[in-house]
Amino acid sequence: MRKLIALSLACLLVVMAFAGCSSSPSGASSAPASDSAAAPADSGDASAAPASGDNVVRIGVFEPATGDSGPGGKQETLGMQYANKETPTVDIGGTTYTVELVYADNGSDSAKAPTAASDLVSKDVALVLGSYGSGVSMAGGPVFDEAGLAAIGVTCTNPGVTAGNDYYFRICFLDNFQAQVLSSFAQEKFSAKKAYCLGELGNEYDQGLIAYFEQTFDGEVIKDSFPTNTSDFTTYLNKAVAEQADVIFCPVSIAYSTQIVKLAADMGLEIPLLGSDTLDSNMVLEAAAGSNVQLYVSTFYQEGGSPEFDEGIKAWLNEDATAMTNNGGNDTIAAVTAMGYDAYYVALEALKAAGSIDPAAVKAALPDVTYTGVSGAIAFDDQGDAIRDTAYIKTADNANTAWKLEKVQTAA
Amino acid sequence: MQYYLSIILSGISLGGQYALIAIGYTMVYGILRLINFAHGDVFMVAGLMMVYLSAWLPLPISLPLMLLLTAALGFLIERAAYKPLRSAPRMSSMISAIGVSYLLQNLATYVTGGLPQMYPKIPFLSDIVVIAGVSTKWVTIITPFLVLALVIALTQLINHSKVGMAMRAVAKDFETSQLMGIKINSVISATFIIGSFLAGLGSMLYFTNYQSIVPLSGALPGLRAFVAAVFGGIGSIPGAVVGAFIIGISETVIKGSDWSVFSDAFTFALLIIILVVKPTGLFGEKTTDKV
Amino acid sequence: MQEKRNKSGMIAVMGLTLMLLVLVLMLENTIKPTHMIFIVLKKSAVYALVASSMNLLNGFTGLFSLGQAGFMLLGAYTYSILTIPVESRESVYYIYGGSAIKFSLPELFGGVVGLVLGVLVALILGGCVAALVAWLIGLPVLRLKSDYLAIATLGFGEIIRAVFQWDKLGPVTNGANALKSFPTFSSFNIENADGQVVLRLSAFVPLLLAAVCIGILLLLINSSYGRAFKAIREDEIAAEAMGINLAKHKRLAFCISSFFTGVGGGMFAMFANQAQAKNFVTSMTYEILLIVVIGGIGSISGSCIASFLYVAASEWWLRFLDSEAYIGNFQVPLLRTGFRMVVFSVIIMIVVLFFRRGLMGDKELPDLLRMLRSRGKRKEAAQ
Repeated sequence: MRKLIALSLACLLVVMAFAGCSSSPSGASSAPASDSAAAPADSGDASAAPASGDNVVRIGVFEPATGDSGPGGKQETLGMQYANKETPTVDIGGTTYTVELVYADNGSDSAKAPTAASDLVSKDVALVLGSYGSGVSMAGGPVFDEAGLAAIGVTCTNPGVTAGNDYYFRICFLDNFQAQVLSSFAQEKFSAKKAYCLGELGNEYDQGLIAYFEQTFDGEVIKDSFPTNTSDFTTYLNKAVAEQADVIFCPVSIAYSTQIVKLAADMGLEIPLLGSDTLDSNMVLEAAAGSNVQLYVSTFYQEGGSPEFDEGIKAWLNEDATAMTNNGGNDTIAAVTAMGYDAYYVALEALKAAGSIDPAAVKAALPDVTYTGVSGAIAFDDQGDAIRDTAYIKTADNANTAWKLEKVQTAA
Repeated sequence: MQYYLSIILSGISLGGQYALIAIGYTMVYGILRLINFAHGDVFMVAGLMMVYLSAWLPLPISLPLMLLLTAALGFLIERAAYKPLRSAPRMSSMISAIGVSYLLQNLATYVTGGLPQMYPKIPFLSDIVVIAGVSTKWVTIITPFLVLALVIALTQLINHSKVGMAMRAVAKDFETSQLMGIKINSVISATFIIGSFLAGLGSMLYFTNYQSIVPLSGALPGLRAFVAAVFGGIGSIPGAVVGAFIIGISETVIKGSDWSVFSDAFTFALLIIILVVKPTGLFGEKTTDKV
Repeated sequence: MQEKRNKSGMIAVMGLTLMLLVLVLMLENTIKPTHMIFIVLKKSAVYALVASSMNLLNGFTGLFSLGQAGFMLLGAYTYSILTIPVESRESVYYIYGGSAIKFSLPELFGGVVGLVLGVLVALILGGCVAALVAWLIGLPVLRLKSDYLAIATLGFGEIIRAVFQWDKLGPVTNGANALKSFPTFSSFNIENADGQVVLRLSAFVPLLLAAVCIGILLLLINSSYGRAFKAIREDEIAAEAMGINLAKHKRLAFCISSFFTGVGGGMFAMFANQAQAKNFVTSMTYEILLIVVIGGIGSISGSCIASFLYVAASEWWLRFLDSEAYIGNFQVPLLRTGFRMVVFSVIIMIVVLFFRRGLMGDKELPDLLRMLRSRGKRKEAAQ
């Protein structure tokens, strides 16, 4: 008994010390209807489900909520939740269905992704949205494939996601395109002759982008990798300085990029930092705030692209404390949120086109779906990839802690 | 030149921070023969506590409070998870340590919601200083001196105080010291409190340098500090400190070279070589099995 | 007498396993194949095999090794490198412009038989590579005692991982990138001409593979080698005095355990649909170790049962804790992402602290059955 008391005391202490004040976990009243979408259908809560009979169509959200891509996954999910709040019903073949988002946390871990994917499959979803990262999408892909369930990748940019998988589609551009955009930008803007590339060891996303960058960059490329869970980037940045690199290319996940950018800001690094779509996050922006660090990222969406969407989601973020926390504590819109928002509408389009909630019908309808979202026009090619030829390059305005559009780059 | 200086500087400060964690490992192992896998996570929790406390209290209160809470956490972990298993086989308490580490990481994920937390700026320590053209934070310069001062204080404590004498006795022979009337439980608690307190201090230095904290932030420094403790001869405090500086410096040097992929592998290779050549580490005592 | 009892226990267990296999086969082809139970069964079959082989080392021989993840990695990579179809190699190794290895075992043998044969050979080769590396590693480290051995093997696991992520070896290992497109458990589903699944075997195959491997492990444990291992566990010096060649037997146990861990690693790749060095981290070894402890150190059947419970609890039964829930209008407190793992780790702590001997202690299933039976008899006699 005493052991039990001691154990629970230890837990309590930790929880209390953490909880302090800042995070208010489950503010019961502040949770909006959209957050309760995962509530079981038999909860008998009339107010949670809009009055449209018993017709419910479930859309699976295959996103990381924990692990090193957790922050990005959460922002992407926010877009879907907001879209779901905006348009909670869909007409399929003449009947109105209520859309219910079903979540499965893949933990940013490709070893856990198959079970998370199976969890969605077993919950009878009509199609799946996600994921944020490419590794988990590739691990979960075969599960969807086997179950005959279509999946729409939102921001998984690695070519391997849709290659060899008939059931995986995606609405974002690919890594080779992104890397090409960034390398030509580096050469045009900074006349860069020497690039220092830094990625996480064993991370497919980082290493893929770096490999493509190396292929398209006309000059010397120094490649470097850091082990998972590194938090000391001093040596790497100093190495870039010592090598007299013209640009630093670091397509790493948010958890690492905040540290790299923060460190660069503290060091007063003068070499411009180039980042991929993962760095387009307000957490990275905060890390650079008030410093002289030059940060450029390529991304899917630039705030201001659709004023209506910007305004709506900001209002929502500001009234919903949980959503605000998940967005990193302020209302800057991440590109992945816009992409999540678009993905949700593409899913609705597919359901409408299928005229049924049967996964096979949805899959059959998906290749022909076209939709013009806030991030641009979306259509699929034979592979299931989005036909996209534009990327936005943004730079961090450190004085105002905001993103500034640098350039709209199309494929060369 | 500047580059090498910067590497050496950050290597020394990293080594110092590892040393503070490694002392916790080595003291616990010396007394309980237990690899306290949860120690790295205590270090991470200390960082998170500081994040939450400083949002709420001014620094002069939150910093000591954080150290106090970290020490209390170490004490509680020992009482809850290791004390009940003292008579059980040694593997059981090691598993329990892995369990605690798992629990702390998952709790941290739950509380932070998986979002990285930014460590607060600590005045003076976070300020930038320029030495021979290399800009770095004050914390980098101060760490090795602080570590040395702490280690001297700690050795004084162990060599010249009653608790310290009791600790040495328990480390030499568990049962006999019990027979001599030493209160084993309070000695072990004291060990955990000192170890966790130092981990708390270490977390302050470490996270001032590398500001973002995620639930796994403690895993890698913890593992490296542990390797340092084994390298220096587990159970010996000077050994842990020397080991930590060697590991810290070699790690940064490797990262600075073209072989950065192998920075962790090299640390372990070093460990295996020393274990094979001198199984008890640089400063470890030789033990023989009794039949 | 003892012999006879053992035999009847063996038969009972074999019967049980067979029944389980048939049951799974039937379930798989009757109820919805997307049910969570199947993926949990697949994963727990893999974990059961790895946990059992870890148990051989930690539980039966008393060698505390933490290098499991590294050996699994070797098995997984060997398996996938040898079985990726030639035509997919270009797209899998896209960064390195194709693979340095230009053949694939299942295609080499050809046809349906080739698939079965190729997969089996690749799995066994994976085990062999793991065993070979284990032999090499064992030369220096097996001389170390308890904790030091654990640390050294843990270190080797990390070194192996770094080597496989090295991009100079990219054309073989695909560097940091995942290996995929190789045959998985689902490839064993029998399809008719239209691509319709006629007979579903995707959960049956891993269970069968694991059962056969664990069966071999059990035979070994019950042989004279097994008795020698146990003697080493109880007292090394006494065992040596009894004429057991310590070095030889330790090395043997280490290699055999690594062999089956390697096979398990190959199966893990089949389960995860991909092999990536990043996944085989120390925390995976810890997971396996926890399974061994929960099941009972020194009980193979315990490891099997525990691996099912572990996987099912962490990935299936507790998943509802991750999403917010309402009872009427009342929001259940605390439920949100991450809570599942908190509850799960608390459960683990409770097991470790209060059920120290694990589920089965060092008993096997037949022992339990016998105990139940004799208790029943005693009751009858009392009446």
